Amino acid sequence: MFSHARSRVRLGALAVLSSAVALGACATTGGSGDTASTRSADTAFAARTESEGVFPSTYKPYPNIATALTGATIYDGRGGTIENGTVFFSGAKIVAVGGPDTPIPADIAVFDGTGKFVTPGIIDIHSHLGDYPSPGVDAHSDGNEATAPTTPEVWAEHSVWPQDPGFSRALANGGITSLQILPGSANLMGGRSVTLKNVPARTVQGMKFPGAPYGMKMACGENPKRVYGGRGRAPSTRMGNFAVNRETWLAAIDYANDQASEKGAKRDLGKETLVGVLKGDILIHNHCYRADEMALVLDMAKEMGYKVSAFHHAVEAYKIGDLLKQNDVCAAVWADWYGFKMESYDGILENAAFLQREGACVVIHSDDQDDIQRLNQEAAKAQKAGLRLGINIPDAAVIGWITYNPAKAMGIEVMTGSLEPGKLADLVLWNGNPLSAYSRPEKVWIDGALMYDALNPKMRPVSDFELGQPGAGDVK
Amino acid sequence: MKRLLMLAASAAALCAAPALAQDMVVTNATLVIGDGTAPIEGGAVVVDDGKVVFAGLPTPGQAFATDVLIDAGGAWVTPGLFATVTTLGLADVSAVDESNDISADKSPFSAALDAATAINPTSENIKVHRAAGITRAATTTMPAGSIFAGQGAIIDLDGDARPVMQARAFQMIDLGEGGGRRAGGSRVAAYALLQAALREAQALSGQSGIPQTTAIARDNEVLLSRFDAEALVPVVTGRQKLYVAVDRAADIRAVLALKADYPRLAMVLVGATEGWLVADAIAAAGVPVIANGLTDLPETFEKLGATQSNAGRMARAGVTVAINAATLQNPRRLQQVAGNLVALTRMPGAAGLDWGQAFAAISSVPAAISGMGGKAGVLKPGALGDVVVWDGDPLEAGSVPTRVFIGGREQRLESHQSGLRDRYRDLDESDRPKAFDW
Repeated sequence: MFSHARSRVRLGALAVLSSAVALGACATTGGSGDTASTRSADTAFAARTESEGVFPSTYKPYPNIATALTGATIYDGRGGTIENGTVFFSGAKIVAVGGPDTPIPADIAVFDGTGKFVTPGIIDIHSHLGDYPSPGVDAHSDGNEATAPTTPEVWAEHSVWPQDPGFSRALANGGITSLQILPGSANLMGGRSVTLKNVPARTVQGMKFPGAPYGMKMACGENPKRVYGGRGRAPSTRMGNFAVNRETWLAAIDYANDQASEKGAKRDLGKETLVGVLKGDILIHNHCYRADEMALVLDMAKEMGYKVSAFHHAVEAYKIGDLLKQNDVCAAVWADWYGFKMESYDGILENAAFLQREGACVVIHSDDQDDIQRLNQEAAKAQKAGLRLGINIPDAAVIGWITYNPAKAMGIEVMTGSLEPGKLADLVLWNGNPLSAYSRPEKVWIDGALMYDALNPKMRPVSDFELGQPGAGDVK
Repeated sequence: MKRLLMLAASAAALCAAPALAQDMVVTNATLVIGDGTAPIEGGAVVVDDGKVVFAGLPTPGQAFATDVLIDAGGAWVTPGLFATVTTLGLADVSAVDESNDISADKSPFSAALDAATAINPTSENIKVHRAAGITRAATTTMPAGSIFAGQGAIIDLDGDARPVMQARAFQMIDLGEGGGRRAGGSRVAAYALLQAALREAQALSGQSGIPQTTAIARDNEVLLSRFDAEALVPVVTGRQKLYVAVDRAADIRAVLALKADYPRLAMVLVGATEGWLVADAIAAAGVPVIANGLTDLPETFEKLGATQSNAGRMARAGVTVAINAATLQNPRRLQQVAGNLVALTRMPGAAGLDWGQAFAAISSVPAAISGMGGKAGVLKPGALGDVVVWDGDPLEAGSVPTRVFIGGREQRLESHQSGLRDRYRDLDESDRPKAFDW
């Protein structure tokens, strides 16, 4: 019912025709392409629609060889542990996961994982790599279109600089294989997120995770009211935040109904994103610190007919673990950030453990170019805080906080986030228990292709920016 | 009443050694001295009158009487951590401007600013970090209107009425990208300001030149007032340490060269992200470094060579290295950073620190840099009785103290955070709202 009402003919050669040189060329060659030459005088112009594919992923798995890791402790991402386990992957997919007697073909690469650990590739649900890249100069500050309180029309992928050295640090030190790049939080609706494979690429399209749904960033609380209130415009209060949000949703609902009706609706990029949310195609990732505000957002979502996939930076989630569980909403949290702003004043180390106690979905996220390199340790800190209070969360479940759970909240859990036959071979071989400060990734595979190897200096990715500069290719 | 305790039970020893009254005795510890040596199994610590009188492997014949006997049961026992560079006690919530005394960009003063005047010993940040095993810290204002941050203090975290152990312990200046912007737009301007300031301070100290007494100003902005110049007198005479925040290798060389004109400067480098590129020069100059531990991204053009191996490579070259708390999310992460530096010793091509060195880099080394050598961050006879008992390996992610002693006194570990933790152990409001649960 929300589909685009009018069908239009696309004219791919429009840009070429607008230049005099190109026009001249047209005159001598008799046309610049099929679409132009077949266009009749009364045909309307039209852009390609999203369902026809825009900014499509060009990522393809890199060449891989059939590989088995044996003798390792395996955390499968869904709470399972296999001691002395074997993972066998081939053709970009996981083929088998099991104990020491798991059959593997004779002629494949085998790595002895004795004393080592295997996990699914680590997933960061909250990153700004590429949008706020290193070096963090003004010319690179592309993460927040903070010029209007709602900018659902912007797409984070259009700001991603694939040469950000932060991607390779996250890979090598953090074992990150997938990550969601979100717009910043100055706006109530910051725009679309994009989910990336953490592979070096020349273009962002070369990193886009095929088949991953889009997300939309929303933000509660202090940031939007401060940024826009400071400019003398709405919102300047938390009630203003909700008013602007609700008006925007109502307009999106009208738009959706117009689209579905006879009269149709003029294309509107922002509303297309909002309609995507209403249809359930685009997932809401809502920056929200305070418990009371999260509860209000859940009611707003019910009022308007959308679902919140995850609250991010949810430092007070522990106060409403029951409510989050009831609403099937994940809470993406830090282990130990607190007190840097008023709405983070009640941050406690036990946040994740208290959520787990309620059976709510826990995700550990970074929002940080450094913490993304140590999500495993951040998860360990949160685990231990629970243990001190008698909340014993097994290591394998904790690994789920940084693998399967973020995959679920990002809508990619059928493809990655756990070690199960048929899923993508995104995995990390750690040189010790990943829930330790003393452990590091030794090898990282993405779609079965070895993308990092700590034992081979040539397997350290070096971004264009780093080439020829101090420390290029150095261990980082 | 004092209870008699035998560290190594032997009737003969008991008779031979008359027992003295002690504040506390910890036995059966995995004992960390903090001086870079390896942990000692079965170690003991004895604190008397607020000071360490013994730490090590007890020998037969040692006997002590004590009110407080702690059998650590094999747990890790360490000196209190020494955090540097911090802003502990200078802000409640950094983004809540009224509560934040860390910087003052509208003040006409810079070098004259004295952090000791505003330390709040009952700040939540102090409580939270005390519970994380940090017992002493170097705390300072940060540069805002000028390259001079002001004068930092050495504090204890015991929450009593006297948090300041040493006021005006060091002056900090920024001579990197940030300093250049604050000086008017370039590093060149920052050096001109620094030279002018030091020359004026030298004149005021009576060494050479004539004090000018005029302020250095730009429009309505004062970059250096007479009061600031006076505050720099102990810097040029070497009585007060000069912490210099720089990251780029070239900037580090330029800073080391200042010693030629001002040989008495007691310099300490802060940050030093590219220190590994000039490690030999730093070592030769004998300048200690409070290094960024895990910075590995070219966040700015002054950090192009950033690598987590920086601290390890500098240490290998003979540089004295402490870990900088200023670039961490919060200073309680120091122990995790130190653990990560140990992890690097297992990575091919990387340089890290061994366990003892890593622990020293967050305890005795920063203490010594702060003028507290032998007093803080170490368990040796004569040192302050700061003893921390941990629930695990103190450099492991998520380890926290179970007990903290500062100056021989056991500390409360409660805070706003522990109150919230205890209240939300469950979500049960069937009888009364949570507000009555405290």
